[in-house]
Amino acid sequence: MSPSSQTAAADGDSTPQGAPQAIALGFRTVWSKPGEAVVAVAWREDLVGDPQSGVIAGGVVTTLLDHVCGMAVGTLLFDGKRAASIATLDLRIDYMRGAEPRREIFARAHCYKLTTSIGFVRATAYDAEETDPVATAQAAFAMTSPSRASTAARP
Amino acid sequence: MSAVRAARLAQLLEDVPYMRFLGMTADLAGDEMTATLPFSDHLVGNKTLPALHGGVIGAFMEMTALCQLTLLEPLRRQPRTIDVTIEYLRSGRPLTTYARADVRKVGRRIANVHVEAWQEARSQPIAALRGHYMLSPTDDAGAS
Repeated sequence: MSPSSQTAAADGDSTPQGAPQAIALGFRTVWSKPGEAVVAVAWREDLVGDPQSGVIAGGVVTTLLDHVCGMAVGTLLFDGKRAASIATLDLRIDYMRGAEPRREIFARAHCYKLTTSIGFVRATAYDAEETDPVATAQAAFAMTSPSRASTAARP
Repeated sequence: MSAVRAARLAQLLEDVPYMRFLGMTADLAGDEMTATLPFSDHLVGNKTLPALHGGVIGAFMEMTALCQLTLLEPLRRQPRTIDVTIEYLRSGRPLTTYARADVRKVGRRIANVHVEAWQEARSQPIAALRGHYMLSPTDDAGAS
């Protein structure tokens, strides 16, 4: 598993926005509420994956979807009792079409089920209408307690 | 022949801005390609652990699959990703990450590729990817 997206610890130091990769890609949190989040990424020349068409790299969409899915899980963990590190277990992405060059991409994630240790999430990435997606994702995340999170980094 | 393929690989790594953004490289040893992602601060997703962003590990494996596919034959267009399934096995530590791709099947239009990423030991992969790629894209699918 990849203790990747973010840590929902209450210290605030590791909020998703604070993740260096999220800053490097210019991720912008549009809104979030318990169980849901929307994050956007702007088109940038250095993020292009196909120089012929100018379409942003699939990898950027992958990172956006992983990030927003982790965030949706995180919104359910800020009750103080369940502060934990969130790690992606698996992530399945279907790419429907290339995003329009020079257009901002949005991704909305919904954590539709949270057990004591696993969060199940669906997400959609789109550049105009959510009904005309660029990509859809299904993911599972594992929560580790803060004490176990530090050992997870050294398997 | 191998020099031609090495040149094609080098050209792809130079031409794709996002591969440069990640900072990845790829080397050929005979017919075997290894992609390398040196650690860099901007790839971190969790500062506390610290750990590479899961999206970065997935993206690196996706790009590794694309690199491997360009070695097959000269393609008119870049292959388009149809779908990927990423399994995360271990934390991506702040170290150099490597990946190798295995093209399991090449059809007339679609290829199936498996990728594995590791850091200090190949026998302890940090993540795996399985994906389908459109080799001669049509207008209606696999356009990312």
